[in-house]
Amino acid sequence: MSDAILIPEEMPRLPVGPTARRGVGWWGVWCLVMTESALFVYLLFSYYYSAVQFDAGWLPHGHAPSMRLALPDTIVLLLSSLAMWFGDRGVRRGSRVQNVAGIGIAIILGAIFVAVQLLEWSGKDFTPRSGEYGSLYYTITGFHLAHVIAGLVVLLVVLVWSALGYFNPRRSAPVLIASVYWHFVDVVWLFVFATFYLSPYAMW
Amino acid sequence: MTATVTTTVTSTSDIERTPEIASADIVTGRGALERIWETAPGIIGFFSSVDHKEIGKRYIVTAFAFLIAGGIEAMVMRVQLARPNAHVLTPEQYNQLFSTHGITMIFLYALPVLSGFSNFLWPLMFGSRDMAFPRLNALSYWVFIAAGLFIYAGFAIGAGPNDGWFNYVPLASLPYNPGMNMDFYALGMIFLGVSTSVGAANFVVTVMRTRAPGMSIDRLPIMAWGTLTASVANLLVVPAVSLAFFMLWLDRQFNTHFFDVANNGQPLLWQHLFWFFGHPWVYAIVLPAMAMVSEGLPTFCRRPLVGFNLVALSTVATMLLGFGVWVHHMFATGLPNLPLAVFSGASIIITIPSAVAVFAWVATIWLGRPVITTAFLFFASMIGLFVIGGVSGFMTASVPVDWQLTDTYFIVAHIHYVLIGINVFPVCGGIYYWFPKMTGRMMNERLGRWNFWVMFIGFNLCFLPMHWTGLRGMPRRVYTYADGMGWDTLNLITSIGGFVFAAGVFLLVINVLHSLRHGRIAGANPWGAATLEWSVPSPPPPYNFAVIPQVASRNPLWEDHLPPDGPARSVIREGLVLDHGKETIGTTPLDAVPNIILKMPADSLSPFILTIGMAAFFVGLLVHLWWLAAVGAFVMLVALLIWLWPERELAERAEIAP
Repeated sequence: MSDAILIPEEMPRLPVGPTARRGVGWWGVWCLVMTESALFVYLLFSYYYSAVQFDAGWLPHGHAPSMRLALPDTIVLLLSSLAMWFGDRGVRRGSRVQNVAGIGIAIILGAIFVAVQLLEWSGKDFTPRSGEYGSLYYTITGFHLAHVIAGLVVLLVVLVWSALGYFNPRRSAPVLIASVYWHFVDVVWLFVFATFYLSPYAMW
Repeated sequence: MTATVTTTVTSTSDIERTPEIASADIVTGRGALERIWETAPGIIGFFSSVDHKEIGKRYIVTAFAFLIAGGIEAMVMRVQLARPNAHVLTPEQYNQLFSTHGITMIFLYALPVLSGFSNFLWPLMFGSRDMAFPRLNALSYWVFIAAGLFIYAGFAIGAGPNDGWFNYVPLASLPYNPGMNMDFYALGMIFLGVSTSVGAANFVVTVMRTRAPGMSIDRLPIMAWGTLTASVANLLVVPAVSLAFFMLWLDRQFNTHFFDVANNGQPLLWQHLFWFFGHPWVYAIVLPAMAMVSEGLPTFCRRPLVGFNLVALSTVATMLLGFGVWVHHMFATGLPNLPLAVFSGASIIITIPSAVAVFAWVATIWLGRPVITTAFLFFASMIGLFVIGGVSGFMTASVPVDWQLTDTYFIVAHIHYVLIGINVFPVCGGIYYWFPKMTGRMMNERLGRWNFWVMFIGFNLCFLPMHWTGLRGMPRRVYTYADGMGWDTLNLITSIGGFVFAAGVFLLVINVLHSLRHGRIAGANPWGAATLEWSVPSPPPPYNFAVIPQVASRNPLWEDHLPPDGPARSVIREGLVLDHGKETIGTTPLDAVPNIILKMPADSLSPFILTIGMAAFFVGLLVHLWWLAAVGAFVMLVALLIWLWPERELAERAEIAP
């Protein structure tokens, strides 16, 4: 295939240290996304494996859970991803203000997501011990919530680093890496939401 | 080329540069690389080292310590089973022994030893100075040994795992298993899963991004294919078993209902999650070892591997198909006929790619000019053991046959032929082959012959009769058996064979210890092998390569004897210097064109501290001391912050405008 042997006179200038997508951190976070995505595949598989064995009576009160809180919460999380994307663009444009504002708004929206999720939990009339559905519901949404909280910690740290002026258009890998993780958390929520709140309509 | 000594301080304007190309002799003469890369001596150096060679050797030594522990467990079991109605062990003791034996061998020996070899070898084979994530590498080792000790702590206090290594529910659930045995195992496995996952990510990124210029994907050593395949698979399937164990722990400790039927729980869910992981796992613990055979046999046959491309492709194909056969561990659970047929068919088809390597090895020996060394004997003999193990597996892929033979000693024979034949024997060959590179000394050949033959004879004496024992109906996992069943003599022979095999392993240990002190000094390439690790001194200097080699073929050191792969020739003694601190070259994934200078981290205590925090976290969960778990989590957070804080030395921070 390649016979690229280095010729000193033609050796180009190479970037030193991580630059956005060329550093190893970019590849590392995708490996993390790969393995964590697999985790959620298995969590959701556990739900469907059980669901197909029963009829709608398996669900609490025999019907799909209300989307009254979950649907707005989904929108909040999507907006939070948008804010993070905005912040990532900010650092690549060299605007520390946009960088910090974007990450800051993403954190606030993410925190609202967590609060609403906990509110929804407190309003449920079943617990993880109530039966298999209860165990699955709290474990799956709980795993997702844990990933959101971990993501908020990551965003907070990256926010601090941004505010300290560590980043510029060339040196911005942590912002991009954090945003990959945050978008992943958002995409996972879409699947979790679809499973608990939408799939019952398709199944029964 | 400059004649002045290069400084090690990164200049603040070093955003880009044209990397220097120089000859290895001049660079070695400068002496800068040694200072830049060496680990500090003493206890701090020991706990903070991120040198892949150190970590690789630690993995191998620790995995061998677990191998010996697991072997002693087996020996005690064989004493109990040597004759009928023995009472050397109580049933509970026997249960803990066979479970811990399986867990030790499959989780604490089989993969870690292969990770150790890959860790030591990969940067040397790829012409690189370290793995992509050196601190993550250190973490994967510390977590491995911590998780192993966590699981063994249970065994040590008489609360070892006691439901087999695949501990099915409901027997593993609280009503039937009220002690802490399963909790040690469940939490320990989640803990260990962290090590496996980060190690796998490290291997994937290393092979994709840190190869020498010119080492395009078709020039990768075969060992890269074996471990890469296993690593991608591990990233995808380890979460399945971690989740299964987490659900089990929740059911046991918090009264959730994943697996108990009375509350809509699904017992078979455990088996699906476990085996969806478990089957790819058994390929993960043999494919890298097969790749080691594919590395070593060509050296001793003095010709390249026959069918290299097919072997690489069949490695990947075997693993891909390996995702689709897990239900063959569940044939006797009462599933409907359709899945039984599908998975039986898939389990039969998988023999095709997995056998490609066997034919390649035989052809390499046949068409080569073999030199019989101890390493060669281990590599060649495993072919026969592979075939026997493969045939017994193929037999049980057929559902009616499996219904007779599952949970009998026939399966025990099968698993030991594939695991010892395709993992342990190649590992022993790998030790004889790469010991000179790791230590600078040759192992003793005469003792090696004794080692090999005693192991080979003992192994077959122990496990070959088990096929008959199983066909005659002896169930597995029983602590004793009645006399007059036709099993007495077979069990006695097996027990004797086991002790002979153990003596063989003992000879290996003796040879290693003896050769460390008195082995003949080995040069860089005592075997006349083809790949890049043999171009550096034995043992390699801390920086591996004085200059990064430039690769033009798959067998860089054999280019004088083989037809050329293209217009260029590999250049070993001249290349990129990269001595502005700890650096190595980053290249594109397919064609290995240099596109970034990677700054490598210094030795650091944060992986070790992170592991301590993680251990405290899991101990806290185990004994329900929630404050301890919280403290552990906090320590982990602090260690991560220290680890990831952007450093100027690593060019992770924006340069301050002058």
